[in-house]
Amino acid sequence: MAMMDMNCGKLKKNAFRVTKKRGIASARVRVPGGLLNAKVLGQVKDIAERFGNGEVHLTIRQGFEIFGIPYEKVQEVNEALQPIIDELNINQSKKGIGYESSGTRNIMACVGNHVCPFGNYNTTALAKRIEKAIFPNDLHVKVALTGCPNDCCKVRMHDFGIMGMTEPQFDPSRCVSCGACVKKCKQLSVEALHMEKFRPVRNVEKCIGCGVCVHACPNRAWTRSKTQYFRLTLLGRSGKKNPRMGVDFIKWCDADSIVKIVSNVYDYAKKYIDPDAPGGKEHIGYIVDRTGVDTFLEYIMRDVHLPEKAEVYKPLYWNGIRYWGLK
Amino acid sequence: MGYQLSGQALTSAFKKWSAEYDIYAPMVFEGTGRFSETDVIRYGKVTDPAQIVWDERSEYSFKDVLTPVCQVLFYFTENEVKEADFPPKGAIIFLRSCDLHAVKRLDFMFLENGPEDYYYKTLRDRVKFVLMGCEHPFEDCFCVSMGTNVSTDYDAAVNAKDGEYFLDCPDATLAAALQEFAERTCDVVPDHVEEDDVEVTIPDNLTNAIAKTSIWDEYDKRCIKCGRCTLACPTCTCWSMQDIFYTENGKAGERRRVQTSCMFDDYTTVAGGGCFRQKAGERMRFKVLHKVMDFNTRAGFQMCVGCGRCDAICPEYISLTNCINTKLPQGMKEVLENGQ
Repeated sequence: MAMMDMNCGKLKKNAFRVTKKRGIASARVRVPGGLLNAKVLGQVKDIAERFGNGEVHLTIRQGFEIFGIPYEKVQEVNEALQPIIDELNINQSKKGIGYESSGTRNIMACVGNHVCPFGNYNTTALAKRIEKAIFPNDLHVKVALTGCPNDCCKVRMHDFGIMGMTEPQFDPSRCVSCGACVKKCKQLSVEALHMEKFRPVRNVEKCIGCGVCVHACPNRAWTRSKTQYFRLTLLGRSGKKNPRMGVDFIKWCDADSIVKIVSNVYDYAKKYIDPDAPGGKEHIGYIVDRTGVDTFLEYIMRDVHLPEKAEVYKPLYWNGIRYWGLK
Repeated sequence: MGYQLSGQALTSAFKKWSAEYDIYAPMVFEGTGRFSETDVIRYGKVTDPAQIVWDERSEYSFKDVLTPVCQVLFYFTENEVKEADFPPKGAIIFLRSCDLHAVKRLDFMFLENGPEDYYYKTLRDRVKFVLMGCEHPFEDCFCVSMGTNVSTDYDAAVNAKDGEYFLDCPDATLAAALQEFAERTCDVVPDHVEEDDVEVTIPDNLTNAIAKTSIWDEYDKRCIKCGRCTLACPTCTCWSMQDIFYTENGKAGERRRVQTSCMFDDYTTVAGGGCFRQKAGERMRFKVLHKVMDFNTRAGFQMCVGCGRCDAICPEYISLTNCINTKLPQGMKEVLENGQ
């Protein structure tokens, strides 16, 4: 057998996993926003059968991990990945080099309003827009998008969690006083509606913009706002140190601001990342634990012009799980 | 005699008409659908025939013009009452043949079924109907089965073809403007449907005994009692009275009537809290039998006009046509087997 010399750091950055089995990698295919043309499945199958052991794992982050790739096939696999990369419109500096980075994780999205009756916006479209703005990038950043505050995508477990919102619009001339909106808001959401003089009254402060009232209304008295809004949550994380849910940062945010805020995090991370961080990777949240929130916010809010309606939460507190003995 | 008008010419005619009439027609209400980034087609005021949706059925019917969703009847304070103003203009309503037949049902309900309804009559007396020709049926339409596919008692009728409009206009008032702007005169017969994709047969042997059969049970679980079927129905006319007091002393306010639905939970709730129809199946039974039996007994013609809107709008995919075609025969079989 030929002598094997492999730069594992480079291999990992190239989105391959160094596996338990010596000399065997797995190839990771990111699918931004989780939506693909079924032909990509055929291409994944083809790579798995030609270069791997025929097994494919559906990853947690909406991708494929093609198992059993011998190190010597890595370059060939990269070339074989090109049609997928083209199809998924992944940023790439040169053709044939595969996925160029692995630190920033695939941007996940629930199915969104593409098919879901509750989704308040096209999650995949916004995921792809953010993808275009931040990839390729090796810093460890996790972004996820979900169509409504149901949060099927678990965005609160991400550095940046984006939830679709709508501002319910009420037309009293279409209201039949059936109370479906009030009932559903109570059953499924935050009880922001109550009946007064045969009409629903919306508690603007309580309302989380989920759109349940619009969905429930039988006569188009409640409709969605033309403008789509978002709730941005910050710094949720899993991991061994103090796992926690992301907290509310901005309510009634706009898409432009979200793209800018997410893009801004890289300057911050580059400046403050632990130079000794293993593999050059550190949870953004761990960095914030060192610098304090204010420095972090100063960076991510640079050149961000929030719409008037946006409500910024302050101060921000995280809680979460604390393992015994860890401060 | 009929007229051919370009879109621009018909817009000019609309302008003439609008001196005395508001023109209502099915139009797109962008982004107002139940789901995000979806539209709703319902009735609104138009000024240009290009605003009218010609190639789809409206989700809600024209009845929103004649029996407004929310209609204030009068305002009161202490010993004084002021009747609410009616719209300053009359209405020209663009509608399809099934809907024009629905007007006959509304007329029966409001004008011939006991004393005349003043509020309906006042609006109704100032309405002109423009029949929209149907080149083909839409999904769920069953006008042919209900005998509503042809209409002749219109004030005007229009076929829209590639941006050109062909109108027949027996009504002299409306015809004046058409004459003025028409490109040419020609014979126009409004398009109508001869065959629908859906055929509906109401069992001949239908009797009240079907009310007690098991066919309604399935709806107890399936139906969510949202009322969309009746709100979209052009022949449903139920409303609730609401007295609103503007001030805390309760001495000034308004009385209004608001569309309601026999599918709603509080419908048939009486003083003391009793409720006659509690289960969804019972509500479905009442609605269906009213549409295809009870009304007929009283009026001599069926209430349902076969527009198909209730099937199309039901979020639970409950189909009236399926109920009539499948469930009712099944129910009558049950009745006969039980010897009732």
